[in-house]
Amino acid sequence: MNRTYTLGLSVVAAALLAACSTPMPTSAELDKLTQDIIGRSFRAQGQAKLDRLNPDEDNRLCAEADRTGVPLDAKVTEAIEARNMKTIKAPADGKYLGDFKEGEKIAQSGAGKTWTDAEGSINGGNCYNCHQISKEELSYGTLGPSLYNYGKLRGVANPNSAESKPIVEYTWGKIQNARAYNACSNMPRFAHKGILTEAQIKHVMALLLDPASPVNK
Amino acid sequence: MKKLVIALGLIGVSAAAFAQKSSTDSIAEYRQMLQDGNPAELFEAKGEDLWKQKRGPKKASLEKCDLGKGAGVVKGAWVELPRYFSDTGRVQDLESRLVTCMQELQGFNGDEIAKTLFGRDEQSNVTALATWIAGESKGMKFNLSQSHVEERKMYEVGQRLFFMRGGSHDFACATCHSQDDKRIRLQDLPNLTKNPGAGNGFGAWPAYRVSNGQMWGAQLRLNDCYRQQRFPYPLFGSDATIALGVYMGVNGKGGEATAPAIKR
Repeated sequence: MNRTYTLGLSVVAAALLAACSTPMPTSAELDKLTQDIIGRSFRAQGQAKLDRLNPDEDNRLCAEADRTGVPLDAKVTEAIEARNMKTIKAPADGKYLGDFKEGEKIAQSGAGKTWTDAEGSINGGNCYNCHQISKEELSYGTLGPSLYNYGKLRGVANPNSAESKPIVEYTWGKIQNARAYNACSNMPRFAHKGILTEAQIKHVMALLLDPASPVNK
Repeated sequence: MKKLVIALGLIGVSAAAFAQKSSTDSIAEYRQMLQDGNPAELFEAKGEDLWKQKRGPKKASLEKCDLGKGAGVVKGAWVELPRYFSDTGRVQDLESRLVTCMQELQGFNGDEIAKTLFGRDEQSNVTALATWIAGESKGMKFNLSQSHVEERKMYEVGQRLFFMRGGSHDFACATCHSQDDKRIRLQDLPNLTKNPGAGNGFGAWPAYRVSNGQMWGAQLRLNDCYRQQRFPYPLFGSDATIALGVYMGVNGKGGEATAPAIKR
């Protein structure tokens, strides 16, 4: 009895000692531990396959900067923006604007790409989750800037005109891949990650830039 | 119950009015109206009963379950979880610890429970137990231990997971939960990197959700965050979910435990 008790105590003591004397791993070792934990903590479900956890260099760099509060080096920022810029494609038929009414529907919808969405179902843009867009919709989020009067504020009277071209092309690029302009933007890369189709992006473009759209009233 | 029905009716009538205010104000109003009528109470009562009932292949109660403060100590246990447990050699949160106790004391198969869908069979019992246990710490302040190296490691891992961008939309937990005074649609977003957001956010679950009439534990809350982040499915009680619990809980130190809360 006595012996067991002593043995028990020494096990406790050893455990305590181990706990106190075990040094904290280095930051790199903690990165590795995090990857190991990710590897054993998820399973594929529906369309949300495990490849969604694959390292993406742009995301890794931005997450590290977010976590540590140390901004990325200017050269790294430029490199991220440059490689994302390469993904942007002008519309095949040269037409940038679709139907703003369709654009509003896409902006309203937060559907798509979750494990409860059917694979191949139509994705929404989630736009109102983060942005004010039309004045009529009061239920909007504030993670992104207000887009109310987006075209009007930028002087877009005719989206097909030569003077509107820079802002039209910028807006197109921003929706296709926001990180071409802001390396660590929180905005999803709608074209690059296959969230919205080219036709859908044209409709969202019309919502923002068509002078007839409620956004520009 | 009648009071509850009337209160729910009022919510419907004034939904448009709510759109004009912050959702925090609206939810504070819900709570006011549902005072004495939070349906979470039904789950608390069920949980307390389950704790004392002799169940499982071993026909034993959970009254000897060690939630970190010694066998059978319930009060104050939740505000110190997740923590390191030497018997399992793991940092565990309330729900994963309950599964350990159900396996060791009552003879249930822990792996089976972990694989069971939320809201079904023994999973619904885990939620009820967690609801009661969390409620027993209501009003107490979060005080998670960071004295064991495994607890400190899990905080660091949790922080890395919190900021990890991934999935089809490049979302991280931090995308929505690392700034003050932001919202999605009308839903206010707690900043989980510090107080008061971390204590308020982490300290509210398990919570009863008015929108779907379900009782959600912290594991299901995290699971649905990951679903909306377009990540794959986090396993119940997995180290990733526990590390995030450590990260939020430690950030929420000193914040008040409000669970079981009532939510949108």
